[in-house]
Amino acid sequence: MIKVVNLTKKFGDFVAVDDISFEVDKGEVFAFLGPNGAGKTTTIKMLTTLLKPTSGAILINSIDPLTNQAKARKAFGITFQDQSLDDELTAWENMEFHGVLYGVPKKLRRERIEELMKIVELWDRQKSLVKEFSGGMKRRLEIARGLIHHPAIIFLDEPTLGLDPQTRNHIWDYIKSLNEKESITVFFTTHYMPEAEKMASRIAIIDHGKIVAQGSAQELEQKTSTSNLEDAFLALTGKDIRVQEVSGTDRMRQNRRIWRR
Amino acid sequence: MNAIYILWIRQLKRYSRSKARMISSLAQPLMFLLALGFGFGPIFEKAGQGSYIEFLGPGIVAMAVIFTAIFSGMEVIWDRQFGFLKETLVAPVSRLNIMIGRTMGGATVASIQGVVVFVLAMIVGFRPYSAGMLGIAFLFIILTAVVFTALGTAIASKMEDMQVFPIIMNFIVMPLFFLSGAIFPLKSLPAGVQFAARFNPLVYGVDGLRGALVGASDFGIMNDFIILILIAGVFMAIGAWLFSKIEI
Repeated sequence: MIKVVNLTKKFGDFVAVDDISFEVDKGEVFAFLGPNGAGKTTTIKMLTTLLKPTSGAILINSIDPLTNQAKARKAFGITFQDQSLDDELTAWENMEFHGVLYGVPKKLRRERIEELMKIVELWDRQKSLVKEFSGGMKRRLEIARGLIHHPAIIFLDEPTLGLDPQTRNHIWDYIKSLNEKESITVFFTTHYMPEAEKMASRIAIIDHGKIVAQGSAQELEQKTSTSNLEDAFLALTGKDIRVQEVSGTDRMRQNRRIWRR
Repeated sequence: MNAIYILWIRQLKRYSRSKARMISSLAQPLMFLLALGFGFGPIFEKAGQGSYIEFLGPGIVAMAVIFTAIFSGMEVIWDRQFGFLKETLVAPVSRLNIMIGRTMGGATVASIQGVVVFVLAMIVGFRPYSAGMLGIAFLFIILTAVVFTALGTAIASKMEDMQVFPIIMNFIVMPLFFLSGAIFPLKSLPAGVQFAARFNPLVYGVDGLRGALVGASDFGIMNDFIILILIAGVFMAIGAWLFSKIEI
């Protein structure tokens, strides 16, 4: 479903993603783990046509996103690491916007929006402006939105970041049931190791732009002679705290409060 | 086509929900209208140039349009900042259609502002010379709005954060405005400056608007019309190209 061969991304001298290769099968739940700044988000951006790779090849649902962007874009849904909803629109309007943009026919679109909003328990709040939503509600809406066009793959970049255990649990229930019901391939990143351990059938660990290990949670634990994924992860990536450089986008987010009335 | 429509409607919804923005963007043209109209009016008339409010009216309408249009175009930066731009960029929509949709949305908002300022100018004493030409005037409002929303969008697609906004305003918008013939005739300027002004798209917006509202234009309404259409097309194409280059 996803095939990545010798993928590399350089920003000037800095190699963010360094010659990685992996494959994800259809219907699989695949976890992509790594410390901050390891290259997770950069990889997702390349897989989802937001960044051009420096070198290497990608296939998304047998489509090359470099040569056939539009078709590749239809094949996946994505929940970004940070918010990507329009705060000034209602929940339903955000869904409708997505459905129209992806060319889903009206009847099908309306049905699908209702179905998904019911699954993530936001159908009662369809007329509320998104700016009135809590972080968890926004997350649920974003996940539902990414599925409107029946994608074959869904990318979830830290879908449960900053959420309480109840909401995290719920979100994973939705994802799991969608994965089973519609056999959607799930590609996700997280910093919560128990989540990856429980949900992912396969895991890849990336550090300093390189994939340092791949396999099921058990295989990674065996390989590092540890008893849980968190320990295996630390054994593979070391215990030093990573310093992540502040990007332009982060700076803007800091300014956000100043500019809002 | 649907993508263009939904991008357009989104901007109208955002506009209609932000009353503060609607009112604050009227404050500046109104201030210019009152301060210049009543402050310089008598001097202009003493100098034998005729009614200043008749001269100023179309210029202030054009001012409202260019300011709102550039600002609407620059909303791309907000979308980038609040994350929504990514949602548009991963969608299977051609970058040209994104550009067209965004431009139409912003231009509609700017045109509405232009019409409101026109009504305000009427209240202050401006009188169009022919009711039959109002449709043509409206067409020039729309064209000016399209040109500058496209310009704002194209510039904003290259910008990372809102810090650059005052720079754009001071170094691009204000010079374009002052050298457009909106508030004083360009004829009395040095020949070099007059020549430079020919490359200012707003000159043709103001000239066309003045032709339609007051019956006096320097270049001829038809020429203004054609030039504005061409510039709009060029800016739109550049914007679409820049959009296709955006990496987040």
